[in-house]
Amino acid sequence: MNASDERPFGVGDPRDFLEIDALLDDEERMLRDTVRRFVDDRVLPDVADWFEEGTFPRDMAKDLGALGLLGMHLEGYGCAGASATAYGLACLELEAGDSGARSFVSVQGSLAMFPIWRFGSEEQKQRWLPPMAAGEVIGCFGLTEPDSGSDPASMRTTARRDGGDWVLNGTKMWITNGSIADVAVVWAREPETSAIHGFIVPTDTPGFSAPEIHRKLSLRASITSELVLDDVRLPDEARLPEVATMRGPLSCLNEARYGILWGAMGAARACYEAALDYAGSRIQFDVPIASFQLTQRKLVDMMVKVNKGTLLALHLGRMKDRGQLSSTHVSFGKMDNVREALWVAREARGVLGANGITLEYPVIRHMNNLESVYTYEGTNEIHTLVLGQAITGISAFRA
Amino acid sequence: MNIVVCAKQIPDPAEPGELDPETKTLKRDGKLILDESDMYGVEMALQLADNAGGGEVTLVSMAPDNKVDGIRTGLAMGAAKAVLVSDPALAGTDALGTAKVLAAAVGKVEGADLVLTATESSDGYTGTVPEQLAELLGLPSVTFAKHIEIADGKVKVQRQTDAGYDEVECPLPCVVSVTAGVVEPRYPSFKGIMAAKSKPLDQLALADTGLEADQVGWAGGGQEIVGVEDAPEREAGEIIEDDGTGAEKIVAYLENLKLV
Repeated sequence: MNASDERPFGVGDPRDFLEIDALLDDEERMLRDTVRRFVDDRVLPDVADWFEEGTFPRDMAKDLGALGLLGMHLEGYGCAGASATAYGLACLELEAGDSGARSFVSVQGSLAMFPIWRFGSEEQKQRWLPPMAAGEVIGCFGLTEPDSGSDPASMRTTARRDGGDWVLNGTKMWITNGSIADVAVVWAREPETSAIHGFIVPTDTPGFSAPEIHRKLSLRASITSELVLDDVRLPDEARLPEVATMRGPLSCLNEARYGILWGAMGAARACYEAALDYAGSRIQFDVPIASFQLTQRKLVDMMVKVNKGTLLALHLGRMKDRGQLSSTHVSFGKMDNVREALWVAREARGVLGANGITLEYPVIRHMNNLESVYTYEGTNEIHTLVLGQAITGISAFRA
Repeated sequence: MNIVVCAKQIPDPAEPGELDPETKTLKRDGKLILDESDMYGVEMALQLADNAGGGEVTLVSMAPDNKVDGIRTGLAMGAAKAVLVSDPALAGTDALGTAKVLAAAVGKVEGADLVLTATESSDGYTGTVPEQLAELLGLPSVTFAKHIEIADGKVKVQRQTDAGYDEVECPLPCVVSVTAGVVEPRYPSFKGIMAAKSKPLDQLALADTGLEADQVGWAGGGQEIVGVEDAPEREAGEIIEDDGTGAEKIVAYLENLKLV
């Protein structure tokens, strides 16, 4: 018999039912609490307006940098060098604010900084990483194309040698931060060799443009753009020297997806807590709607999914910190946590009734955001097939 | 410029606090956090040290059970080291006893040019410790600082008053209490958080302070809490019907509360 056995019947913490907090160390808790406070102070008061106006405040980059959130899981070059678990906790708290804020950090740290850190030359790292960690330089990542999504190897963007230079041509699509970026990491195929090269492209290079994509109904507090490369001439020093295959971009996506599998649970938690609060205070038929069995079922299902998904994220984080996490494990987490988060958001939206469709509450914003998160960084279908291949040995999508 | 900041660790005000019915004091056996009113002092100290082109910020604290969570927050914000006094004999220590312990802890910090405190803690609210500490240290003090500058061996303080502020100068070393809200405390950076646990933390028992058990704790208390009552129910507000003098009446009401 220990203390927890003596707890009265029917008692549990509605905000941390499985007491996951106790599985974190002091440092992880302080870091988590710091990001939560930042989100409370700096994101939540204004995010509904950003969402409505379709903007993301560029100035926030420096604040995120000062905190150490940008490239926080990378070592050296001004990066914080935190654990993968700490990075995940930060993503969770950011996305409890808005998927747009988490996307900004994912793109900067995992998609723009990571390839430079992992595949760049020493000169490239010295030049780009410290200002990117500080948020003074904003990066984006160009892989997806209008006709090349789940099958990125079918990319049409080309990098041709011309003397000592490279000349890039093509179009990249759905690029987070594209129009506000100072530098783009662009992946392109060398036609002669079929090699896939990554290039660090300053966005003021002649021939480069990044028109913003408008009329989105999801991730509105995030900038999404097209990248147009029209005879963009770059010196060989702009090429990432340490990789020349699809392994380059795919390893970046693996890093970003790892942050997403945590972040999705932040959005889910925000929706569940909004629904719980609402159900406790909304009176119909003279009682809080939390009194109704149908509402309790919804709240409990949400609570269980948030706790399970967060435990899964923490488990995968600990695996990553031990160096045991494979890309299929990441697919497991990304596939299931985003799916469950979207389910929780839709259920919460129902609990809130008409209030569930306004920006006065966070739920519809998260729900719409998660529709993007569901398909970006590997669709739910592709991650399912990756797992299908892992357990059957048969690929359903690649010959 | 070496600055000492008194940093109280208190039960999280966001959690419902509980009084011990026997001692009539706040229960402090759970997690303690850095009192928000001390974050302003920490921030002010970090800025002053930066402006002076160097120097160390040291935190001093008294807490039960060697609790360090709140101190770690201050270290993560950028303080260089900390002195913590913790001893079972300190349970029940009143404001003057606290000042004695803090004075002893400040005495352990070499070369302190300036001691910063909050004007009052967010849990005890006596607001007396800064002056008691100054007296015990034999230092001059300035209270309610909203802005501090250091030059030529002096502090120049904007001292908040009901009407605005006074400009006050005081020779170093001295004790200055910092008004809540006058600076924006920085978020601890991740590098700061990770560095915090390896920063020097000098943990002292009562015996290390040179104080005797009968000077502190319940035994040394010069005051006693004789009763605790629930806060009175909020009374209904005053309704002013506007007969043309409504604005004046509201201004008079606010003036009475010293809000304008």
